Amino acid sequence: METVKMTLVQQPELFLECYSVTPDKFAGKSLAEIADLPAHEGKVQWKLGDFFKFEGKSGATAADTKIVVNGDVRRMKRFGQQMTDGEIVINSDADMYIGGWMRGGKITVKGNADSFLGIAMEGGEILIEGDAQNHVGSAYRGDWRGMSGGLIRVKGKAGNDIGTAMTGGTIIIEGDVFIHVLTHAEGGTVIIKGDVEGRVGGQLVKGDAYIFGNLLYPLPGYKMIGTVEKEVDGATYTFDQYIGDLGERKMTKKGEIIYGNIYLKK
Amino acid sequence: MPKVIENVGCPYCGCSCDDVRVTVSDDGKKVLEVENVCAIGTEIFKHGSSDHRIRSPRLRQPDGSMKDITYEEAIEWTAQHLHKAKKPLMYGFGSTNCEGQAAAARTMEAAGGMLDNCATICHGPSFLAIFDNGYPTCTLGEVKNRADVIVYWGSNPAHAHPRHMSRYSIFPRGFFTGKGQKKRTVIVIDPRYTDTANVADYHLQVKQGHDYELFNAFRMVIHGHAADIPDEVAGIKKEQILEVAEIMKNARFGTTFFGMGLTHSDGRNHNIDIAISLTRDLNKVAKWTIMAMRGHYNIAGPGVVWSWTFGFPYCLDLTKKDHAHMNPGETSSVDMAMRDEVDMFINIGTDAGAHFPIPAVKHLKKHPWVTIDPSVCMASEIADLHIPVCICGVDTGGIVYRMDNVPIQFRAVLDPQGLLTDEELLNKIADRLDELNAQEA
Amino acid sequence: MAELLIKNGHVFDPISGIKGDKADIAIKDGKIVDKVSNKAEVIDASGKTVMAGGVDIHTHIVGPKVNLGREMRPEDKLFRGDFRGGIVKQGKRMEMGFSIPSTWKTGYSYARLGYTYANEAAMPPLLAPHVHEEIRDTPIIDVSAMPVFGNNWFCFEYIKNKEIENNAAYIAWLLNATKGIGIKVVNPGGTEAWAWGENCTTIHDPVPYFEITPAEIVKGLIDANEYLGLPHSVHIHGNNLGNPGNYKDTIDTLRLAEGVKTKNKFGREQILHNTHLQFHSYKGNSWADFESAAKEVMDYVNSNKNITVDMGQVTLDETTTMTADGPFEYHLNQLNHIKWANVDVELETGSGIVPYIYDKNIKVCGIQWAIGLEIALYAKDMMRVHITTDHPNAGPFTRYPRVIKWLMSQEAREATLDTMKWKDKVIAASNIASMDRELDLYEIAMMTRAGPAKALGLSNMFGSLAKGADANVAIYDLNPAKMPSDPELIEEAFSNTAYTLKEGVVVVKDKKIVAEPHKYTIWTKVNMPDNAQVMHDIKEKFARNYTVNLENYAVFDEHVHNARAIEVEVA
Ligand code: SF4
Ligand SMILES: [Zn+2]
Repeated sequence: METVKMTLVQQPELFLECYSVTPDKFAGKSLAEIADLPAHEGKVQWKLGDFFKFEGKSGATAADTKIVVNGDVRRMKRFGQQMTDGEIVINSDADMYIGGWMRGGKITVKGNADSFLGIAMEGGEILIEGDAQNHVGSAYRGDWRGMSGGLIRVKGKAGNDIGTAMTGGTIIIEGDVFIHVLTHAEGGTVIIKGDVEGRVGGQLVKGDAYIFGNLLYPLPGYKMIGTVEKEVDGATYTFDQYIGDLGERKMTKKGEIIYGNIYLKK
Repeated sequence: MPKVIENVGCPYCGCSCDDVRVTVSDDGKKVLEVENVCAIGTEIFKHGSSDHRIRSPRLRQPDGSMKDITYEEAIEWTAQHLHKAKKPLMYGFGSTNCEGQAAAARTMEAAGGMLDNCATICHGPSFLAIFDNGYPTCTLGEVKNRADVIVYWGSNPAHAHPRHMSRYSIFPRGFFTGKGQKKRTVIVIDPRYTDTANVADYHLQVKQGHDYELFNAFRMVIHGHAADIPDEVAGIKKEQILEVAEIMKNARFGTTFFGMGLTHSDGRNHNIDIAISLTRDLNKVAKWTIMAMRGHYNIAGPGVVWSWTFGFPYCLDLTKKDHAHMNPGETSSVDMAMRDEVDMFINIGTDAGAHFPIPAVKHLKKHPWVTIDPSVCMASEIADLHIPVCICGVDTGGIVYRMDNVPIQFRAVLDPQGLLTDEELLNKIADRLDELNAQEA
Repeated sequence: MAELLIKNGHVFDPISGIKGDKADIAIKDGKIVDKVSNKAEVIDASGKTVMAGGVDIHTHIVGPKVNLGREMRPEDKLFRGDFRGGIVKQGKRMEMGFSIPSTWKTGYSYARLGYTYANEAAMPPLLAPHVHEEIRDTPIIDVSAMPVFGNNWFCFEYIKNKEIENNAAYIAWLLNATKGIGIKVVNPGGTEAWAWGENCTTIHDPVPYFEITPAEIVKGLIDANEYLGLPHSVHIHGNNLGNPGNYKDTIDTLRLAEGVKTKNKFGREQILHNTHLQFHSYKGNSWADFESAAKEVMDYVNSNKNITVDMGQVTLDETTTMTADGPFEYHLNQLNHIKWANVDVELETGSGIVPYIYDKNIKVCGIQWAIGLEIALYAKDMMRVHITTDHPNAGPFTRYPRVIKWLMSQEAREATLDTMKWKDKVIAASNIASMDRELDLYEIAMMTRAGPAKALGLSNMFGSLAKGADANVAIYDLNPAKMPSDPELIEEAFSNTAYTLKEGVVVVKDKKIVAEPHKYTIWTKVNMPDNAQVMHDIKEKFARNYTVNLENYAVFDEHVHNARAIEVEVA
């Protein structure tokens, strides 16, 4: 795998949209060509080279290309948007839409991520070492097809709207979450190792939530059916199992109703 | 001879009543009398002929004072600054007709900027819910003619929409509702005991911020899980939930009117979203509709106009000339102002100075600020440029959209005496921007 | 004065009977003329196909439900913009949306397809000012809109009381108030029933409270239409749309036109236009044994000259369904569980909206696709069968070129069939695989301009290259003398014209928008004596039941964009 190192040399005045920073766009290009790729600050179309200096070399394909981003890029959005393969490492906080509509590859952010992290993600892996804001692995506005595959792991805490309209894949939040987890989901798994204020699995057709900490306000639409042992994120724990949302439509499989599940760690 | 003008629209609340009678002086410059209207509506008509109305644009001078300038100068100043800014924002439209809103769309597309309306701070969450879950609604006449069960959830018309209950919902005698209030069941769901609760048959005093749970419980009844409802949900006893659910299920025609009590508590859009889910559920067993209690007489307008123009009702990012983008949370005015993401601000037909959080105003104040408003308000007083315009419904007519998206054709009652309408002003700015863009290309 | 000569093109003009011969088309002051002076600007159309500007008889492009569809579907715009791979701005305004384009994109897209006039298929009268605001913002193309009457309380009462004259006078008043063009009927009685959560699924189901049946409503509106002698016939979306077994209800509806004669002055021959026939031509008792009934329905249509139809062709896209058929949309939502909007409109109508994915891997969608094509391929008189997708219900109008390809090429149909997961089941439930008919360009011209214009009673203005018609012309990069063997090239040629002319102005050149001249709102003005009874009834209903004042109901003149009236005299 070849590596392109990009280092911030100029802060944008407003926010910069770095939709070109993906292994797919970098692959097969010279550093000069990469520096020529577009980025928007409001209505002004710049080149990436106006803000970053580039070193190293890109691979022939996305899979062979790793991008390392250095410098304070917290005012830069859309890193890794729609990437299909390869790797991005961001040694900083970064702004919205990290790994949005991502289909493959890996993104690591050494700091915090802002909102819309991995929205409508289809595959690949995102690791956030700090916190994330709202709408982690959610759907784009109006879409009923949210995150459908891949893994998002946030080592810190996250805000609200985790896995809204999710249909597949896994989200792990190691810290606390505020409200709305798996709302409108039709599949997928969300694991929260900290506490949640409430509204887990509201309007959920199908999907699984694992909560290790406190769930302060459980929804009335969930009913406890027993205690189970489950392996979650590499270890086995005992959980109380709740099914629901009993206020939402349910699908059946071979005559059996498929419920969503909330597993509360004992 | 004073003139009487009938069938005039009231430019105040989302009821957009169109039966006002206004008497004006012979020369068309003074409002003498206003009938059929709430006190606050009267104020607006009276203000139209006030001697204190500002009639000339005013530009802030280096010493901080405001100096009268011509419309031409104001248009040039605004167009030049819009052209120069990387990401200008135009926000407001709480009191602008649709023609003005269409001209604003043209202006901001030519400027390559952001365009947003005050839904962003009131019923924006309702839009998000409509995006995610649809909107089974009706016109207000359907409620008047058919509804036998009416729910006001997190809304208080007695206060915010004074004639709503008498014109449209509880009291009127419609085609199938000849007995008026007697045959209607009114349910108010609100943490507070409001004046509206006072006329209700049922008042569910839901625990503040826990409406979502209560909706969930109602939905459980429809989905056959009444037995699994806990003894108390969101502060409401199970028996009462079951009793009210039974009334909803047996409605011939029910309507839920929701307001800021839902859009402004935790979860915001999700509260509306699940209300829509409940409405869908109820249609399996009864006939149900739902409606947002939109605040201003034409605050539904920008959502309508910009949807046909760009496909999005608010929070528009028009900075990429070939396509529009929208994602509230990112492209919403308050978020952008808080994050210091814009470099010019045009405040039109609403008072951002009074309604935005102070840090947001501070960020915006660092950049050129234009206020387009008929009146003096906080936003006009902190602006670099204040451009007065006609008052819609008073000095100019135009189309406005009532809270149920019914277009109402407003009439002018006063002579504008040289004031430009929003539409005229914005089209002149857009014309100038087209010239500047052409020069550049 | 502006003169233009389109030289040497292969002209297809069914109205004047030109079948692909090389001919010159002369234009002066926006009209087709016999000849022009030698100063005329010349467009060389040699090796190209020349037709009149396209006429869309049934499309949903402006107004409240179209716009609520736009509003509730931000995802219809996602990744469809420019630097994310979409249309680059060509005209004055940006173009947004796929299944429900913005008004600007709508006008530009029609022009690029060579269409210059579109008829909005459903205008709720109360919301007419909204329709007209959107018409103003739809560039280039002329637009008309049909107010809906099939669930209107006034009509119910007049029809029940057998007051034909009063019904006609009310309709004339409403066409004037809304600046509408003709009588649209959607699920007669069923949408009123939906206001109580019910429906009328056959033409004999009584409407709750009003004690009238859909059959009586349709019959009453046909009578009023012919009493007035309107340019267009009654335009019907009948009961029980979209359900297996509904073809019987469809034929029942068509029969209501039997024996009625028309005496209009517009050259219209039919009594009833059945729109999006595909949705009404279903056999079977459920989705499990769902089958095509195109043959049965077209046998009836072929042998009854008083009927015209349009296809409502499924294009196999993700799209947005929207109709004044409120109960249908609710039931559709019960099947697909995506989002659902509904707007019931006081005293008049209702509507619903549901996004829908016509997935080629779903058997039913494949059969629906086959039924639409069968309707056209069974047709004997192509002037009476028109190409539509009931935009955006069965697919966006921007897919017309693809529909044309399927109709002109069996190979193209087979190629699409081959991509279907349940190909064998689709073939078993339809006749599509055995149909080898391939339409020619003259037949396409009938189905896309001459036929619809005639059915609308507008063939002296539109859909024609005869002298006196508006100089609306489409020139396609398609050489009839050397038709491409690859059907994809047919689709490509119809997707973007070489030239589109609107009233003699070149609006599209080399696939791009180059001008945005003025356009009209077309409407029908009935001149008839005042009817005191009807005016009294109107005043009373407004005083008691409407929530808008009568004086604010009719669209103010200043809100009608460039009105152009078709006048009708009634003694
Ligand atoms: S209810 Fe609202 S619109 Fe009606 S008169 Fe009162 S303030 Fe005006
Ligand atoms: Zn239609």
